[in-house]
Amino acid sequence: MNLFASAIAWILDPAHWTNGPDISAHLLEHLAVSGLCVLIAVVIALPIGIAIGHTGAGRGAAILVSNVARALPTLGLLSILILLLGIGLLPITIVLVILAIPPMLAGAYAGVESVDRQTVDAARAMGMTEWQIIARVELPLALPLLIGGLRATALQVIATLGLASAFAFGGLGIYLINGLTQFDFTQLLAGAILITALALLVDGLLAVVQRFVVPRGVAHGRSDPNTPPKRTPARRRRALQEGMQS
Amino acid sequence: MNWVWIGSNLGLIGGRILEHLALTAPPIVIGLVLSIPLGYAASRSSVARSVLLSVGGILYTIPSIALLVLVPVTLGLAILDPFNLVFALSIYAVAIMVRSAADAFASVPKDVVSSATSTGYSGWQRFFGVELPLAIPVLLAGIRVVSVSTVSLASVGALIGIDQLGSFFTDAFQRSFLTEAIVGIVAILLLAALYDVLLARIGHALTPWTHQQSAQTAVLRLASAPVGGDS
Repeated sequence: MNLFASAIAWILDPAHWTNGPDISAHLLEHLAVSGLCVLIAVVIALPIGIAIGHTGAGRGAAILVSNVARALPTLGLLSILILLLGIGLLPITIVLVILAIPPMLAGAYAGVESVDRQTVDAARAMGMTEWQIIARVELPLALPLLIGGLRATALQVIATLGLASAFAFGGLGIYLINGLTQFDFTQLLAGAILITALALLVDGLLAVVQRFVVPRGVAHGRSDPNTPPKRTPARRRRALQEGMQS
Repeated sequence: MNWVWIGSNLGLIGGRILEHLALTAPPIVIGLVLSIPLGYAASRSSVARSVLLSVGGILYTIPSIALLVLVPVTLGLAILDPFNLVFALSIYAVAIMVRSAADAFASVPKDVVSSATSTGYSGWQRFFGVELPLAIPVLLAGIRVVSVSTVSLASVGALIGIDQLGSFFTDAFQRSFLTEAIVGIVAILLLAALYDVLLARIGHALTPWTHQQSAQTAVLRLASAPVGGDS
């Protein structure tokens, strides 16, 4: 436990926050590259996932892709792409995007698929076009699972980016690599704590987002029909703003 | 691809495959064995379920390389002890498997459990004779996911100097030698496929009643049909 205390002290040491490439610089670098990779993965996987969920076609292929991706070792992909493309941000981004696509894809198609088909049929019967059904019915109802997929994706990317520091990338993993090569276990543990804390923080933030994007109708529908729907202060406020009756 | 290197290093490759097997088999078995009581508890009580699933979720959030460092520090082991890798991989295996095991026991039809009780099965007999066998298909699906991700995750151990197939990746980077990295990645994919086929075979052998699908559904329909009176 002593090592934990010294690792926390190491993190809190002002000297590690002010000199040269300090914790804040590595933290920002870690966040920026993670954010970029998650963004690219969302841009690629979201339309494909929605298409799979909406049409029901290509689900088998998506599951196959996820299984193969799960078996691919990140360290191996990183070393191969860095040897092919040279040290830099490009191979790291490609590897992380490859890794980030399966959970995002799964979240997107599972989300759209989970929408009650009767609801979709009702929307169609009311004269909505397919695009309207996707944008106004399926996407809002799919949001909780979709954000769930985003959480898994962000976690994966933030955690895995720590490995990239073994291949001449900065980021928070640098403290792990420096700690290992210098046998400085305080720094090693500090790096591990920093990455875990960042992952948990981002996951927590997205969990809050996930809670707030649940459409009111879904939140009500999920509760036990015998108990009145719970009304959080935020929801009550929103309901008041919209001048709703109940 | 440098085939000559592969030819002259078959011993090294074989040795690392064996090391990889030795480091990944225990976590997969531990993950399965530990998740069965935990998953059973989670399927019986909603409090246990929410506690176990959220603990599993938090453990799974810890980045692999961070966990590899945290394990020896918490257990007081040497950083280079291979047991660290086994322990860290077991934590992930249990974290993933608990959810599958909870789902597996929840998938056992309640009527079948009730009829086992009514025909005089004791708690333990019912668990080992009825609930566990019927949970196998879902347990199997979970452990196949765990085996694939364990084999891939174990390669991270190379960063803290634990020799296995992942060491080919760090070596390849340091020596700018692509062949080595490709050998490592192919070997890991083959090993993952081997575990998957092996587990699928074991699962098939353990669930003979699923081989005749129509007979099984007939039995289940019989089991779930009301037997007159209040069943």
